[in-house]
Amino acid sequence: MNPLIPLFVVIPLSGAFLIMILGRFIPNLNKYLAAILLFALAAFSVYSLVTTGENPSLCKVGGWEPVNRIPIGIYLVMDGFTVLVLCIINIVGFLSVFYSISYIKRYTSENFFYALFCLMVAGMNGVVLSGDLFNIFVFLEISVISAYALVAFGVEKSELEASFKYQVLGSMASFFILIGIGLIYWKTKTLNIADIREVLKAGSDRPFYIFVQLILLSGFGLKAAIIPFHAWLPDAHSSAPSPVSAMLSGVLIKAVGIYVIIRLFFNMFELTENMSVLITTLGTLSMVIGVFLAIGQWDIKRLLAYHSISQMGYVVLSVGMGMILITRGGSSEIALLAVAGGIFHLVNHAAFKGLLFLNAGAIEYTLGTRDLKEMGGLSRSMPVTSATSFIASLSISGIPPFNGFFSKLIIIIAAIMAKFYLLAVLAIIVSIITLASFLKFQRYAFYNREESRNDRKIREVPFPMIFSMVIMSLLCIMLSLLAFPGVRDAVLTPAINILTDPLKYSSIILGN
Amino acid sequence: MIVYLLCFVLFLVGLYGVITRRNLIKIAISLSIMEFSTFLLFALVGYVDGGVAPIVDPANPVRTYVDPLPQALVLTAIVIGLATTAMLMAVIIRLYRKYGTFDIREIKSLRG
Repeated sequence: MNPLIPLFVVIPLSGAFLIMILGRFIPNLNKYLAAILLFALAAFSVYSLVTTGENPSLCKVGGWEPVNRIPIGIYLVMDGFTVLVLCIINIVGFLSVFYSISYIKRYTSENFFYALFCLMVAGMNGVVLSGDLFNIFVFLEISVISAYALVAFGVEKSELEASFKYQVLGSMASFFILIGIGLIYWKTKTLNIADIREVLKAGSDRPFYIFVQLILLSGFGLKAAIIPFHAWLPDAHSSAPSPVSAMLSGVLIKAVGIYVIIRLFFNMFELTENMSVLITTLGTLSMVIGVFLAIGQWDIKRLLAYHSISQMGYVVLSVGMGMILITRGGSSEIALLAVAGGIFHLVNHAAFKGLLFLNAGAIEYTLGTRDLKEMGGLSRSMPVTSATSFIASLSISGIPPFNGFFSKLIIIIAAIMAKFYLLAVLAIIVSIITLASFLKFQRYAFYNREESRNDRKIREVPFPMIFSMVIMSLLCIMLSLLAFPGVRDAVLTPAINILTDPLKYSSIILGN
Repeated sequence: MIVYLLCFVLFLVGLYGVITRRNLIKIAISLSIMEFSTFLLFALVGYVDGGVAPIVDPANPVRTYVDPLPQALVLTAIVIGLATTAMLMAVIIRLYRKYGTFDIREIKSLRG
């Protein structure tokens, strides 16, 4: 058993309240308190990653024991997949907060920023840990409401407009999710994910559940910005302050969108071939359309936001391929490989997209502009930013020594082995276009202008920002280790087993 | 059955408002309508025909009770809805201060 499970929600929640109350009286408390708390959470999540492995643990909030083997009360479940996403949330969260120590000085009311940030992390940790549907909804709302506020944090015209758009679409997504939960409760009379699975196994009303699946898929798809639902993402992610963009793009769309979709479709519903094909199609569409929308952008953060859609497409596509293979039966090795590729890419995307947004923030911090055409020649005056963003760009485009290469390679190999040749070709083409788009970013931002610019004083950003960017770039390199057998067995394999083994998840909660 | 259909109609009324209205406040109101149709559906899920409030009375124990869980869930959801609406209104007021209008056609600094 892991005694740390409740702390993942309790620490950031209490941190948010303490910052709001004590931050008024003690200057500078907010930033150090937030950084220390998130560092502790990052350490806890790494500790949990090391200790959990194949032994998931369970926390019954309030000590409500099951009655007649039917779980009542709130369950927090920590298994291989949960702990992987927890690591992403808390490590990227810590680095973003540390980065904000210098970055956020240009805004007023820092207390609100750190409090909202802690609240967002609390919500995401809760979504990932929660073992029942309604708590997923509650924690999801906690995290997205703070995300709405953080997007509007600059209170300028574009920030407010982006936040309004995000709120209207986000509320619609919440209604869909709530309707889906209500319909599931109607038929099954339970909200616990494992228990719902037991009820569905006993025999189910197929058309009804397909309807529910579609509603839930559109709800969480809106939160995850899969392509027909992507309209809010480029505005929201490019208008937020940069550390928040790193959190939104790197973590939020995964924790409240992709994670829940994967969890529900693998561990709650019975997989059906039609739904799997639909999910794969949505993933492919996101991957292809996202990159084409990205290539014409001149605003760096907008460009990165569109690439988020495209890279999430890779994840959904790969997991969807795994689903199709599982429903067709047989060739389970390839199915496992496809799911592994998807989850690996999800982890990698947090590292390199977080880093790219932090780089964009550093450029904006120095130059005061996000327009690529006004930049140039920064490689000499900002060497660290230039080097780290070079690593991230190579990583996202899938160049060999970096992590993005290995996850894309696994996805493509899985597609070829499963005889989805079209998908494999599309994945390769999209990867090449991504490379082109990031070469453009590198060229216009850091090179392209011989003389260093004398009209403005351009210096490297302060230490906290450099620290976060360097650690992120080290993560980008080190995550490639996950592709190799020893590390993969310890980290990725438990996550894949819990998803693909139909009995494992419910046996944690219901016992045998 | 007719109650569920009316609930769905209410949802569509809200959706129509969100899509066609040009005024930010009216969009917020339409979102609230959608929200409350969802809550209504959720409360209906727990309704049992002829049921009473689930307060167990030892004197006459055999009664039909309505399911109390959806009611508790809806209460939680209403509180969340309050927070969302307050947040939306705060952003609308800020938008009004910046643009001097509630008309959504005037508010278009983000393109592409």
